[in-house]
Amino acid sequence: MMRVLRPVITLAGLLALWQIAFHVAGERAYLLPAPLDTLTTAIDRADRLAHHALITFGEILLGFGFGVALGMLSALVLVMWAPARRWLLPLLVISQAIPVFALAPLLVLWLGYGLSSKVVMAVLIIYFPVTTAFLDGLRRTDPAWLDMARVMGAGRGAMLWHIRLPAALPALASGLRVAAAVAPIGAVVGEWVGSSAGLGFLMLHANARMQIDVVFAALFLLAAFAVALYALVNALTRRMVPWQAESNA
Amino acid sequence: MFSRPPRVDSPLDPLSTPAAGLGVTMTGARLAYDGQPLFDGLSLTLPAGRVTALLGPSGVGKSTLLRLLAGLEDGAHAQATITTDDGRPLTGRVAHMAQRDSLLPWASVLDNATLGARLRGTLTEETRAAARALLARVGLGDRLADRPAALSGGMRQRVALARALMEDRPLILMDEPFSALDALTRLRLQDLTAHLLTGRTVLLVTHDPLEALRLGHRVHVLHGRPATLDAPLEPAGPPPRDPADPALLALQADLLRRLTGAAHGAGDGAGDGAGDGVGDTGGGAP
Repeated sequence: MMRVLRPVITLAGLLALWQIAFHVAGERAYLLPAPLDTLTTAIDRADRLAHHALITFGEILLGFGFGVALGMLSALVLVMWAPARRWLLPLLVISQAIPVFALAPLLVLWLGYGLSSKVVMAVLIIYFPVTTAFLDGLRRTDPAWLDMARVMGAGRGAMLWHIRLPAALPALASGLRVAAAVAPIGAVVGEWVGSSAGLGFLMLHANARMQIDVVFAALFLLAAFAVALYALVNALTRRMVPWQAESNA
Repeated sequence: MFSRPPRVDSPLDPLSTPAAGLGVTMTGARLAYDGQPLFDGLSLTLPAGRVTALLGPSGVGKSTLLRLLAGLEDGAHAQATITTDDGRPLTGRVAHMAQRDSLLPWASVLDNATLGARLRGTLTEETRAAARALLARVGLGDRLADRPAALSGGMRQRVALARALMEDRPLILMDEPFSALDALTRLRLQDLTAHLLTGRTVLLVTHDPLEALRLGHRVHVLHGRPATLDAPLEPAGPPPRDPADPALLALQADLLRRLTGAAHGAGDGAGDGAGDGVGDTGGGAP
C-alpha cells in the first residue's frame, strides 16, 4: 500500500511547493507558470505536444534499441577475441572521455536536422554503459564454473552460451538500467543543437517566446516518458535475472 | 538451450552401465610457488574401481594434486606425469566434484545435472531420463524444476554428486565435497556416495579423517614440507564403514595425531614413527 502511496504523496508535495513558489514569485510569475496553468496549456495544445513528443520518444527508443544492440555486440566481440580487446578497449575508454555534448553540433552538421543525428546521439550516450557493464560481467565469470566446464569438455562457444552469458546477465541488467536513464539526454541534446521537430525543438522555441507554460508541459512529458522507460526496463531486467531475486529473498 | 544435431558420444546410462574404473598412476608430481617446492617427485597410485582417500592439512597441496589429474593446472609451477592402465591419455576422462557445489543459479536442478551433455551438445531425451532417474536416487526426484537457491546445502551437494555421476567418467575426483555440510548431513551423504561410487575409481581429497576412513579403500596422508605421502592405510571392510566402529575410531585417533603433527611441521622422524604405528593398527583391525 505504502509502495503505491509514497510516489503519489511525493508528487503532491512537489506540486504544492510549486504552487507556493508561484505565489511567492509574485509579479515575476511569468517566469514560473502555476501547475494548473501548465495543465490547461497542455490540454489546449495537446495535438502539437503529442506530435513533437512522439518524435522525441521515437528517437529515444530507436537510440536505446541500437545502442543496446551495438553495446552487447561489442562486449561479445571484445570478450571472445583478444586482439580486439587489446586494440579497441583503450579506444573505447578514450572515446568516453570526449563529452558527447561537444559532438552534437558535428553530428547535426554531418547527419542533418532530422531523426538520424538524434538517434546517433542517443546511441553514443547509451553505448558505453551497456558495453562496459556487459563486458565486465562476461569477464568476471566464477573461475570454478569455467574449470568445471573445461573438465566437462566444453568448447569456447558452449562455455559462452551456457555459462558466461547467463552469468553476465545481472551485470548487463544494471547496464541497461543506466542506459534507460540516460537515453533521453542524448535525444534532447541533439534536438537543442539543431532540429525541426521534437520536444527539445518545441522547448527551445517556446523558451525564446517566453511561453514558459509550454516549456513546462514539454518538460513534464519528457520526464514522464523517461520515468516510464526506466520502470519498464527495470521490470524487464528483473524478469531477465529471476534467480537474483530468489537468492536475495 | 539451442538445438544442435547430437554428436556421437558414449552411451549415457549411469544406472545400468557405470564406466569401468580405470587405474591411474601419477609420478614425479611437483608443485612450487616462488621457487619453494610444496612437494617434489611425489607418486600416487589410484587402483581401478577403488576409492583412494588423500588426507592432509590445509595448504599442503592436496587440491593441486587433484587439479593436476583433472588437467586444470597448465602452469609451469605444477607438473606431473600421468599414466593410465589402458595406456590412453587421461584427458577428457575425468569428472570433478568440488568443495563448493558450483551449481548454476539460473538453471533448474535437472539442467544442472545434465550440464555436461548440454555443454558438449550431446543432450538427448535418454540423457534427461538418466538424469531424472539419478536425481530420484539421490532423493531429489520431486525437485527437478527447482532452482539451486531453493535447496538446502545438502540437497545442492547431492545435485553436484548427480552431475558428477552423469559425466560417467572412468575417474572421479572429489575435492572436500562435504566439508561445508553439517555433521549429520555429511554422514548421510557419505553413505549415499559410497553406494553410488561402488566399482568406480575415485580420488577423494579431504581434511576429515573420519570421512577418509569411512569412504576410502586406501587412505594416504600428505604432510610435511616438501610434502610426502605416507604408506597407505587400508581400513577393513567395504565402505561406507560404521562411524561408531571402535577400530575405525582408533584409526581416526591415529590419523588425527599424524595430522596435528604434520600441521605443526613435524620432521621426517615423527612422520615415519607415526606411520609405523598406524600401519600396525590397520593390520590388527579385523
